[in-house]
Amino acid sequence: MAYRFKDTSKIPERLSGGHRMCAGCGAPVTVRTVLRAIEPEHRAVISSATGCLEVSTCIYPYTSWHDSFIHSAFENAAATISGVEAAYEALKRRGKIDEEVKFIAFGGDGGTYDIGLQSLSGAMERGHKITYVCYDNEAYMNTGIQRSSSTPLYANTTTSPAGQQRFGKVQFKKDLTMIMAAHDIPYVAQSAPYRNMKDLYEKSKKAIYTDGPAFLNVLSPCPRGWRYDTPKLMEIIGLAIDSCVWPLYEVEGGKFRLTHRPKEKVPVREYLKMQGRFSHLFNGENEEHIEEIQKIVDSRWERLLELCEES
Amino acid sequence: MAIREKLSGNEAVAVAMKQIEPDVVAAFPITPSTEVPQYFSQFVANGQVDTEFVAVESEHSAMSACIGSQAAGGRTMTATSSNGMALMWEMLYIASSLRLPIVMALVNRALSGPINIHNDHSDSMGARDSGWIQLYSETNQEAYDNFIQAVRIGEHTDVLLPVMVCYDGFITSHAVENIEILEDGEVKDFVGEYEPLHYLLDRERAISLGALDLPSIYFEHKRGQAQAMINAKQVILDVAAEYERLTGRRYGLFEEYMLSDAEVAVVVLNSTAGTTKAVVDKLRSRGIKAGLLKPRVFRPFPYDEIREALGHVKGIAVLDKAEGFSGAGGPLFTEVGSALQGIANVEMTSYIYGLGGRDVTVDHIESVFMDLKDRLADGKGNKITYLGIHE
Ligand SMILES: Cc1ncc(C[n+]2csc(CCOP(=O)(O)OP(=O)(O)O)c2C)c(N)n1
Ligand code: SF4
Ligand SMILES: [Mg+2]
Repeated sequence: MAYRFKDTSKIPERLSGGHRMCAGCGAPVTVRTVLRAIEPEHRAVISSATGCLEVSTCIYPYTSWHDSFIHSAFENAAATISGVEAAYEALKRRGKIDEEVKFIAFGGDGGTYDIGLQSLSGAMERGHKITYVCYDNEAYMNTGIQRSSSTPLYANTTTSPAGQQRFGKVQFKKDLTMIMAAHDIPYVAQSAPYRNMKDLYEKSKKAIYTDGPAFLNVLSPCPRGWRYDTPKLMEIIGLAIDSCVWPLYEVEGGKFRLTHRPKEKVPVREYLKMQGRFSHLFNGENEEHIEEIQKIVDSRWERLLELCEES
Repeated sequence: MAIREKLSGNEAVAVAMKQIEPDVVAAFPITPSTEVPQYFSQFVANGQVDTEFVAVESEHSAMSACIGSQAAGGRTMTATSSNGMALMWEMLYIASSLRLPIVMALVNRALSGPINIHNDHSDSMGARDSGWIQLYSETNQEAYDNFIQAVRIGEHTDVLLPVMVCYDGFITSHAVENIEILEDGEVKDFVGEYEPLHYLLDRERAISLGALDLPSIYFEHKRGQAQAMINAKQVILDVAAEYERLTGRRYGLFEEYMLSDAEVAVVVLNSTAGTTKAVVDKLRSRGIKAGLLKPRVFRPFPYDEIREALGHVKGIAVLDKAEGFSGAGGPLFTEVGSALQGIANVEMTSYIYGLGGRDVTVDHIESVFMDLKDRLADGKGNKITYLGIHE
């Protein structure tokens, strides 16, 4: 059946509104879209790493989560959900449970690219039937916008500040999606909640209903850390995609496939310009840094096209 | 019907694990506990158990997976030592605060640095405030018996706390002894089915675990956890009584050996208690009123009962196989000291011994008793002695 937002938007929510994430935050949009991909008759158990999502959606005695939910620490959402899944397998074998339950872990980029990378890698390698979703907002937002290995080159954060000598973060953004693809797990995808949510919804569905581990890396902008006006969420995501800063693709059984090819590649400066975290690049003296970012984006895009056999 | 077996401590615990047949075991290798998951994964490979064995990529993930599994509604176990437990540290506190009765075999080994694979108690002593019940075991038999009882203690609804069963690396873990084991069915009946009150996979009700606690509630949750630890004391005794009916082997909060009329006594954990018993026998034959108190339960610490048991003893040496760096004696010493506070005319002294596997012989223990006697005679002696150190 062809995707229609009109239909999927009617699927009951599994994350209640009224949580405390900021207006214009990409993360809850990501979470709601991913959870909509679970068949309504299936139950799920969800784990979350410490981070904005967790501290804003589960404050005692309230919870936004309709499914069973567990948070234990920052670096171990994958290990925690792997334990849940292991118990499920054991209880099913012993006839104590017979229904279909889906297992999903959410982690921020800090909890996934950095401190939780080992736990994620281990859980994926062991082959647990889990879906790990990184909501990537490119910094440690919960503790006040510190840089992570996902923070892009020249972004201004509180631990990679722009100053007289430096122009924000001096290192590139780590390519986690490729690292996960190298794990040779059944399904890996890069996505973003955009427009009618088709891309993220369909990838989530594939991930959740894959027989084995799956990983989704989902760009989820943060208006506080990126410094954009809250209504501009969709515009920013659109520019990230169309500038090829954040290409949408999937890797299924080792096969790379581009899921969206921009009609016209937008210059990166259009994307950077909208965000306060890059404003220091636009003072007239730092043009070469924008060029440098453009070159990196272009070369990564070319490499991806080759992998997708699209070039 | 009891079965006699020749087993190492690690084998005995692995056999107990097999007989309990938990839903999940998640573990990572580290000397000297490695054998436990090794034996256990062989049981899995042979189809002798239908437990889910999760060979995690670190101890941090071992404890995280245990938390996930126990929270999901599965009975869950692990084993570790030393740095492995140190890497779990963060998660130990989270396991106990989530009130998950995970059972761990903690095969005591010195904590780095310097790196050292031999036995002392710096690992479990460092975790003494993590909210885990701690049971200590002198022998392979005790390790086996404690491990089975741990399940019932932790899962009791007055408790709901994780339990670590501690025994000495190599000395107990690797030495083979004749022990009595129960039949599989007896163990299964004793531990019963795991029936969690609240669990993630409950089809009737979704739950959220690990919420953010604001200052308006964190304190109350910690108070509840403290109460669970207080409640554990009675539960430990009740479970021991039931276990005694099954096996004839008696367990309490601690063991007293020749203590009721003792003038001088040693307080010591785990395998060194065995050495001490031999010394007590020898000294008794020479007319010296020597005795031993061997704590089995270190958390919760049985303050009142220890005070009762030691109150009449004139000279007490508390032997710690861990340096607590308090500058005022080892961790067991300070606990026993506070149990005895206000009792007049007791000479108490702290010994630190056996760090990093330094051998402790009957001669060493005998010297402790003789020093105590001298101390009672002339009132002189060290506050802290490093037993067997090369000065
Ligand atoms: C072991 C540990 N180290 C540090 C922290 C502090 N901490 C909590 S959340 C967080 C950053 C989270 O960043 P990310 O994973 O990107 O999620 P976000 O808040 O951006 O959504 C940090 C550093 C912690 N809770 N635990
Ligand atoms: S700080 Fe950023 S990531 Fe955190 S809730 Fe607000 S917008 Fe979302
Ligand atoms: Mg982040």
